[in-house]
Amino acid sequence: MFAFILRRLVQSAIVMLVVALVSFSLFRFVGDPVASMVGQETTLAEREALRESLGLNDPILVQFGRFVGRALQGDFGISYRLQQPVMELILSRLPATLELALVSGIVAFALGITLGVYTALNRRGWLSNFIMTASLIGVSLPTFLIGILLIWIFAVELQWLPSFGRGETVEVWGWKTGLLTPSGRASLVLPAITLGLYQMTLIMRLVRAEMLEVLRADYIKFARARGLTNRAVHFGHALKNTLVPVITITGLQLGSIIAFSIITETVFQWPGVGALFINSVQFVDVPVMAAYLMLIALVFVIINLTVDLLYYAVDPRLRVDRAAGH
Amino acid sequence: MNRIARAWDSDIAWSFRHSPVAVVAAVVSLGMILAAILAPWIAPHDPFNPASLNLMDGFTPPGQPNAFTGNSYLLGTDDQGRDILSTILYGTRISLFVGLSAVLFAMVLGISLGLLAGWKGGWVDSLLMRIADVQLTFPAILIALLIFGVARGFIPPGSREQMAIWVLIISIGLSEWVNYARVVRGAAMVEKNKEYVQAARVIGVHPVRIVARHILPNVMGPVLVIATIGLALAIIAEATLSFLGVGVPATQPSLGTMIRIGQKFLFSGEWWILLFPALTLLALALSVNLLGDWLRDALNPRLR
Amino acid sequence: MSAPLLSVRDLIVEFPTRRGTLRALDGLSFDIAPGEVLGMVGESGAGKSLTGAAIIGLLEPPGRIAGGEIRLRSERIDTLSPDAMRRIRGKRIGMVFQDPLTSLNPLYTVARQLTETIRTHAPVSEAEARKRAVALLDRVGIPAAARRIDDYPHHFSGGMRQRVVIALALCAEPELVIADEPTTALDVSVQAQIIDLIKEICAERGASVLLITHDMGVIAETADRVAVLYAGRLAEIGPVREVITNAAHPYTRGLMGSIPTLTQETDRLVQIPGAMPRLTAIPQGCAFNPRCREVMDRCRTDRPEALTTGEGRQVACWLHADDAQEAARG
Repeated sequence: MFAFILRRLVQSAIVMLVVALVSFSLFRFVGDPVASMVGQETTLAEREALRESLGLNDPILVQFGRFVGRALQGDFGISYRLQQPVMELILSRLPATLELALVSGIVAFALGITLGVYTALNRRGWLSNFIMTASLIGVSLPTFLIGILLIWIFAVELQWLPSFGRGETVEVWGWKTGLLTPSGRASLVLPAITLGLYQMTLIMRLVRAEMLEVLRADYIKFARARGLTNRAVHFGHALKNTLVPVITITGLQLGSIIAFSIITETVFQWPGVGALFINSVQFVDVPVMAAYLMLIALVFVIINLTVDLLYYAVDPRLRVDRAAGH
Repeated sequence: MNRIARAWDSDIAWSFRHSPVAVVAAVVSLGMILAAILAPWIAPHDPFNPASLNLMDGFTPPGQPNAFTGNSYLLGTDDQGRDILSTILYGTRISLFVGLSAVLFAMVLGISLGLLAGWKGGWVDSLLMRIADVQLTFPAILIALLIFGVARGFIPPGSREQMAIWVLIISIGLSEWVNYARVVRGAAMVEKNKEYVQAARVIGVHPVRIVARHILPNVMGPVLVIATIGLALAIIAEATLSFLGVGVPATQPSLGTMIRIGQKFLFSGEWWILLFPALTLLALALSVNLLGDWLRDALNPRLR
Repeated sequence: MSAPLLSVRDLIVEFPTRRGTLRALDGLSFDIAPGEVLGMVGESGAGKSLTGAAIIGLLEPPGRIAGGEIRLRSERIDTLSPDAMRRIRGKRIGMVFQDPLTSLNPLYTVARQLTETIRTHAPVSEAEARKRAVALLDRVGIPAAARRIDDYPHHFSGGMRQRVVIALALCAEPELVIADEPTTALDVSVQAQIIDLIKEICAERGASVLLITHDMGVIAETADRVAVLYAGRLAEIGPVREVITNAAHPYTRGLMGSIPTLTQETDRLVQIPGAMPRLTAIPQGCAFNPRCREVMDRCRTDRPEALTTGEGRQVACWLHADDAQEAARG
């Protein structure tokens, strides 16, 4: 058990190091850091001095080491565009993104798994067919279009819900949350649906496909042959076996939710890290891009780690705690 | 004639004829592709020619004469006075061009790398598959955005606009090669160890020939499915990037750009600027997706 | 013969496909007496496993029973509601599948799978169910059953898993056990043990067995009677010894000829020319006629009925039309 976790941790560290390398290369080679920082009237000598003071003349490996060292302390430099420390920028916008991702993630999981199981068990029912067709429309609708349509219906025509921003926020232990105010919650509804819908359809289709696969398995046939009730076969045996592979993929979906929030945040002018990233791409604000990449990688690594541990808990075949005897 | 008859009678054709959804999807996709190709001839106006635009024509509602100029447009005009119908035709052309090119690029890249990995094995395989694994953990749209951002960093600001479309194609293509590579690699590894392939190698048949004759035909089905669904994904990705304002330049609007423009006028009541491009995009993505979905089921009857 | 435990009459199983309806089983009839072991042999695709699935009510859609009837102790079971049929499965008819490696749910302990099954069919407490489960595992020959019961399936070897599967099939004391190729997936070294176990434990409980296999050797050692299937039809049925020593159907003779024996000195094994027809192309008349060495004109046009030629013995072959009349007279 311990060795397993340790191995996973080492693997995660390697992934982070690779992403750091990509990040660093972005930072170092995309555009000229010095040119991005100084004005037109700076002399060549001044530029060279700045170059030296930034350590840009040191060997690449030394520079990379320094980059990683600083990153570990949360120092990603200064945004070219906003002239503020990147970490500060990201931290101030992170709560908005995390709250949005969390709420839509929960909705996507709960609905996705329920609908997936339903459509797998009632494969030929009209409601299943309807859900499956609707889900294809859901997959074909780009996230931004879903957002715009929701704004159109619920904000412009019906005027029930706000169309942009986070509403009122309150600070709890240094975390700016919108979940505690009525306007904050109202503002969250449309973005959360927009972000969750696509993931939900994906999870649903995945659960359905996986469940259909499991329902054909020999042990399901044998469970039926033993006269177990449909309920026991479907929810006792099939569901658990379905969820094992689903855990992995849905875990990664949760990571995608954070990445996809880029689009949702743009549509709803949600003040999160995704919107920050889009602006940095438009203005080639490399420090922010690099930091965002590292942040997303970190999120994925943490999710992967959690998924591995969950997997370990669910699937006894991975626990080689007892020697297999005959 | 005999061949055609046989094709008509094949399982795939039978399944196609008996799936109304697939037939409708195919007709809609083909119709839209045709309309996009013929855009320069069938579009009533040329939306890319600034000289032909009249700002006074702006915001003309669909089917009604403009308050100032009296000109009437079937689907109305946008803020610049561009005819929506013509812009949609040209925009679909751009969306489809980017989508198809990106799919082609991803397919060629994915198949080549997949074959390389499966055939060579060893460290080449490990390296490529590790890259694939890492890339798969990130959503394609994020990869495309990053590649797009990096590419913009390298291209001097002056030529960014004209290079945008190619950067877009490469970004989307690079973000979707993995699925092809995985399928092809799997098939290559299976076939490689079959006796007839071994025998062919022993007698000195060129590997490229073996690959072309024995491995590629085996993966055509899955590759076709991935490519069809990939086309829908690429069209959506292009629209998304353009919507985010990092795609094709606003002077040559694709469907995504049109939706971005239309969104601005949602609150002021000019709904047609948004609605028609949005419906076009949906119809395109949905029909291609439905085709892909049907194709997957048809090629894999076990799943029905 | 006493009243049969299981009686199958004119069973027809069909699969609708786009090229028309395939008849996978066509007019199959046989009985199983209480306590009897009936072997069922045939090539792959002859419909052996389908027969088992049809009896236990687990035909995979779109396959369906299109005709005939199945009776268990003279009660018709093929027309029962799904829930009533479910109560019979496991309780009155147990089933053992081919592959013990995939028959058990990998995510649950053996204990959980056993107690769940026991409690589905009998109103007993968890503790009582567990006690029964341990006893049962012990009976099927799992060493240290009380300890091993909490292991997961992957902790057991293939042979041991098949013992667990047998315990599961028998845990509600069924009257009939359908064993569908129970040893095919196992090591040769444990095959005999498993077959012996099934025979022993069923004899002990008075359960009948339908033993589906393509291994005539297993049938010869285990079964009381044997039914030979060809292309979804019954070719021949009768007491094992008679069928083996004096096969009546040319197909059975071919089948016997393809088994090497130690006692007889034969230069080469006899082979049946050709292959079993696909379900899409079953010939008119007797399904076996294109491969038959003794084919007559009549075989190509008329389908032979199952003719009774002796005590518990039936043959579907025109060669025996006269014998049958004799048997009927005598």
